[in-house]
Amino acid sequence: MSSTASTQTGQNAQRLTLVEAIQDGLYTEMAQDDNVVVLGEDVGKNGGVFRATDQLYEEFGEDRVIDTPLAEAGIIGASIGLAQTGMKPVPEMQFMGFMYPAFDQIVSHAARLRSRSQGQYSVPMVIRAPYGGGIRAPEHHSESKEAFFVHEPGLKVVSPSTPYDAKGLLAASIHDPDPVIFLEPKLIYRAFREDVPTKPYEVSLSEAAVRREGTDISVYTWGAMTRPALIAAENLSQSHGIDAEIIDLRTLSPLDIETITDSFKKTGRAAIVHEAPKTGGLGAEIATTIQEEALVHQEAPIKRIAGFDAPMPLHSLEDYYLPQAVRIQDGIRETVDF
Amino acid sequence: MNMKNEAGNTDLPAPVRQDSDLVQVLDAEGNVLPQASVPPLSDRQLLELYETIKLARHFDQRAISFQRQGRLATYAPMTGQEGSQVATSLALAEQDWLFPTYREHAAKYAHGMELESLFEPLRGYREGYAIPEDVNVMPEYIPIATQVPQAMGMAWGHKLQGKTDTAVLCHLGDGATSEGDFHEGLNFAGVFDVPAVFVCNNNQWAISVPREQQTASETIAEKAQAYGIDGVRVDGLDPLAVYKVASEALEKARNPDPGERRPTLIESVQYRFGAHTTADDPSVYRDESEEEAWRDRDPVDRIEKYLYNEGILDSALESEIQDRIEQEVSEAIETAEQTETSPDNIVEHVYDEVPARLEEQRDELNRLREKYDDGAFSEVLE
Ligand SMILES: Cc1ncc(C[n+]2csc(CCOP(=O)(O)OP(=O)(O)O)c2C)c(N)n1
Ligand SMILES: [Mg+2]
Repeated sequence: MSSTASTQTGQNAQRLTLVEAIQDGLYTEMAQDDNVVVLGEDVGKNGGVFRATDQLYEEFGEDRVIDTPLAEAGIIGASIGLAQTGMKPVPEMQFMGFMYPAFDQIVSHAARLRSRSQGQYSVPMVIRAPYGGGIRAPEHHSESKEAFFVHEPGLKVVSPSTPYDAKGLLAASIHDPDPVIFLEPKLIYRAFREDVPTKPYEVSLSEAAVRREGTDISVYTWGAMTRPALIAAENLSQSHGIDAEIIDLRTLSPLDIETITDSFKKTGRAAIVHEAPKTGGLGAEIATTIQEEALVHQEAPIKRIAGFDAPMPLHSLEDYYLPQAVRIQDGIRETVDF
Repeated sequence: MNMKNEAGNTDLPAPVRQDSDLVQVLDAEGNVLPQASVPPLSDRQLLELYETIKLARHFDQRAISFQRQGRLATYAPMTGQEGSQVATSLALAEQDWLFPTYREHAAKYAHGMELESLFEPLRGYREGYAIPEDVNVMPEYIPIATQVPQAMGMAWGHKLQGKTDTAVLCHLGDGATSEGDFHEGLNFAGVFDVPAVFVCNNNQWAISVPREQQTASETIAEKAQAYGIDGVRVDGLDPLAVYKVASEALEKARNPDPGERRPTLIESVQYRFGAHTTADDPSVYRDESEEEAWRDRDPVDRIEKYLYNEGILDSALESEIQDRIEQEVSEAIETAEQTETSPDNIVEHVYDEVPARLEEQRDELNRLREKYDDGAFSEVLE
């Protein structure tokens, strides 16, 4: 299948954008397993406000691609119940900023039914949500609140940065026996295409990806910030001969501590890039982990290049709020020159 | 469409409970329906109602075309809903409070906000949310239904302070009635008997989800029964009927008869003529022919015909009004397009005082702006 917008590159792969790869991933999993159901606001006939569930309603029908009433607590609570019957719900939260009504269901129940029931019950489900800024969206539509969920034991938190990973991580999330918060960087939903295999495949939920190898500094990031980090690294390699290693975490919880610390042991310097507010962000967790595991290798203070400790502004100022390549470059130089 | 004309029932003694009835004053042609009672508005008030509705329609058209030109970001059109918005706001007393959603542009304007401040957030400037002290309007609510318990709370505060001459009017959509906050807010309103009026703008759609899929209830007004408060259904494309129902509900909120409860849930039955927002394409999920039946009952045409019939409006006055509103909207756009802001605004108003850490973050940004110039920050992130 599946997406009309995609370009065929032979039988084994299609050139897809990230959002098309999500759609293709959902299609692939639904075709393989009748228990996989998609539910949420406007996911059916409309195909999702970002078209992530495009054509699924037509293909699988209204019992498997379900337009629900407008109620996030209802969607997640119902999904937890559905999961108890052997179904594999993949609920969509229309935007990350609108997940909060479901917070109680997610943290008090989805995250801990396994531990509350001492392993008797579990909640295999994948909660998809577009997140992040940079698309000139109205207020409340640009949030990056991954740290809320990383803080909650019992949840896995995933964020792809490429079309290939989007499909593979989604498959691994759907096959995972525990609840996964699957955060989709909507800034890069349609930013670029790459080859995405038609066949089913998984990308492991326990491995970060080294996107660029380097020896001078380790830059940790994920989601939409991966691209400006790579751009910054290329610029700095040309202009200043700085060789940065870019690590895309992909799974934010549990963290791949081995890849994180191995890189740091090699470079001795680190910068963390995220668009969420700096204070209490995942950057703090990564920096502390590095210090716990590899302090003796450290040669400079660890730099956080993050959003402000302020609400995301409306779009006239969002370029200043988000870590742009220019901020990333400056932060890398500061750390390397220390 | 399943609309009954039950205008005669509006004379029933309070509490008026018309769960499956629809209050109407005008027919589709703008004629007063037999037995309908026209709200007691002076010619001047009727013309104000008309002019504000016309302005709202014009504002809406300009905003949609501006968005297409890239001069505004996402805009939520109100086409077809202007009559109800303006009528509910004109029913408010000056001291009353308004809780709008992202769609209630005209309701905000009609309760005292400046037009240019409506354009500003759409252009990305938070300055438009800074509402002047003498205007009792809350910044628009985007997270669905969150305004409902807050409106209840404000009405409660007024009541606890003995200020029951102040009512609170809270807008919400049909989709909003599915959220927990809707239930909790209305339940509190009934329990604490607060001077609040909740207006559900049932425009038949919550993005792509039709009203029938939103609730198994036959009407939205009937949900009021579960909270022990009054529910009224009104033809939301009939500005006079909306004005009448809203004024009565507001009056009851302030001065209930013995044994009457103050709050009311008004279901204003409308239709979303346009897209959900300029980012939405309704042809994907609904049949365009559905719209036609509603178009025949357009609120702008109905109030206009009524005023012609009554001899209050003629073509000379109509074109005078048209010129005035076009100029007013153009001036507002010009002003809004001159709005400027500074990146320093990011850190302001987060707390009463900017914390030291946030000051550092601002200073760091300004250091980089000086070093690399502002252009470096608008490089495409993708
Ligand atoms: C809590 C929450 N969930 C989802 C959304 C996304 N969203 C914005 S408007 C909308 C539909 C609202 O429908 P309705 O209440 O009928 O109001 P209308 O837009 O029709 O005026 C949705 C789902 C949101 N803003 N807030
Ligand atoms: Mg609606």
